[in-house]
Amino acid sequence: MMGSLLASLRTPRGFVTVMLLLVFVVLPALTEAFDERYLLSVGTRIVIWSIAAVSLNMILGYGGLVSFGHAVFFGIGGYAVGILSASGVQSGWLQWPVAIAASALWAAIVGALSLRTRGVYFIMITLAFAQLVYYVSAGLAAYGGDDGLNISRSRFPDLIDLRDKASFYWLCLFLLCATLWFCSRFANSRFGAVLRGTKSNELRMTALGFPVFRYRLVGFVIAGAFGGLAGVLLANEGAYISPAMMSWVKSGDLIVMVVLGGMGTLFGPIYGAIAFFALEESLKPLMDLGHKGWGEYWQIVFGPMLVLVALYAKGGIDSLLGRHHD
Amino acid sequence: MDYLLIQMLNGVQLGLLMFLLAAGLTLTFGIMDLVNLAHGSLYMMGAYLAWTLIGWTDSFVWGALLALPATFLLGVIVEAVVMRRLYARDHLDQVLATFGLILFFNELVRAVWGPAGKSIAVPLFLSHTVEILPGVPYPAYRFAIIVVGALVALFLAWLVARTRLGMLIRAGASNRRMIAALGVNIELLFSLVFGLGAVFAGLAGLMAAPISSVKIGMGDDILILAFVIIVIGGIGSIKGAFVAAMVVGQIDIVGRAFLPDLLKTFMSTATASSAAPAISQVLVYIVMAGVLVWRPTGLFGQRT
Repeated sequence: MMGSLLASLRTPRGFVTVMLLLVFVVLPALTEAFDERYLLSVGTRIVIWSIAAVSLNMILGYGGLVSFGHAVFFGIGGYAVGILSASGVQSGWLQWPVAIAASALWAAIVGALSLRTRGVYFIMITLAFAQLVYYVSAGLAAYGGDDGLNISRSRFPDLIDLRDKASFYWLCLFLLCATLWFCSRFANSRFGAVLRGTKSNELRMTALGFPVFRYRLVGFVIAGAFGGLAGVLLANEGAYISPAMMSWVKSGDLIVMVVLGGMGTLFGPIYGAIAFFALEESLKPLMDLGHKGWGEYWQIVFGPMLVLVALYAKGGIDSLLGRHHD
Repeated sequence: MDYLLIQMLNGVQLGLLMFLLAAGLTLTFGIMDLVNLAHGSLYMMGAYLAWTLIGWTDSFVWGALLALPATFLLGVIVEAVVMRRLYARDHLDQVLATFGLILFFNELVRAVWGPAGKSIAVPLFLSHTVEILPGVPYPAYRFAIIVVGALVALFLAWLVARTRLGMLIRAGASNRRMIAALGVNIELLFSLVFGLGAVFAGLAGLMAAPISSVKIGMGDDILILAFVIIVIGGIGSIKGAFVAAMVVGQIDIVGRAFLPDLLKTFMSTATASSAAPAISQVLVYIVMAGVLVWRPTGLFGQRT
């Protein structure tokens, strides 16, 4: 075990992965030491977005299904927590399973309808269904409508206090590791192999007798459930829910993270999420250096960068780390 | 009855605006196989360019007339710089690149025109009302939108069905490689079609400006509705886009106009008036889901 770990440290990928893990683990201590609480909340958000990006990668990366509505699960997970909390159910033991089940259920409905279609139709239908939920949430006057709603955080008595920033960070990190573990089992299972097969050639898998639709639907539901988990965490992070959690721009951001990091790779979405937040946090001060006040317009630089990534960066950050040996 | 008629006309007007947007989208999908999320940005740029040009010329008509070639030029530039490189790529790359373009244009507008929205006044000669039926007044400007929209729709129908360019467009939609092999300058054709789509989007944006407002991201919400329209109508079909735009326009407006009263019969006034717009939006998506269950490639889409 120790030997293979040391051996993997010698490859660039193994080294980066171990370093990444190390940074995640020492982050609370570092931010405590330098009194940079803000960085810990950025770190928490990176971890939560990583969970969502890993879940999107299950269908986008392994299944080749370009779902443009994945942020809807942020919203469903978040609103399930918020609505339960507003109606007096504070226990996380009840809130969280309900939120994840609701996300899985919605994924099953959307998947059953949208997976009947292909290509551009699929992209737009997933987008449209996400907008549907967005408008419904904006119309929920009892839960804040457009403005959103402040909620109290889920309670896990005698186990963990989510109001404590560091404990919450550790919980998110633990759940990210659990998601990654599941994703690696998922990708290497027979199920994952079939899903990857449908990505490279749907007709062949159908001819081989695999019920492609059902495999994709199950993948879609699993991804939705993990997306809902990320939504639960996001709502608890800010103690706040709003329709903006699931605006279509967030769905776009998630796709950016997966592609930027490396589609269909285990750690790719996490590299992507880190790069995304790092770019946002560094472009602002960098552009302010050029001229005071330019930093506000960082997306003028970020937008064309995405165009360049789409055009020239095949394989994303993960491919910079060399080929996979497995 | 008069109220219903006026609301239905509003629905036609909204439908025609969305048709202008959807027509360009469905052409670029059909012919270039391009998912262009940034089409809404051209709608927004049309409105902002018109705002500036109307300020310079001090005339709505001149400003609008100058804004059209300006958006055409913008469309051709965007096509030459970015889109041309995307035609052969998969849809995911196209989504990513055009998503980047949206961020770019939204931020560009914020840097150039400032974060606050702009308004374009209804031109004086159209600020009165016309009697569409004896005793039923209707704002002249909205009526003008209907007239212009209908004329453009007719022009487009003529262009696609009766001209050589239209013939190439139809041929391109059914088999791109074949017409390139037949010696048609396909790059020029793509540039023209993209520019044409940009002009229609810009026209929709500047015509919508006096009745809504000119603001950042104005194209994004309506773009998603335009997506719904071309999905319902069938990608690549102008006829489908027209029919679907009319249906969606009616659902949206009539839902907004009549749902609050309907809902008030069984819920409080405040709840009803906040829920009604949401429900009419949702209705549009339910129609889309229904159409897709029935016909996965839309009403007029090609069977695959």
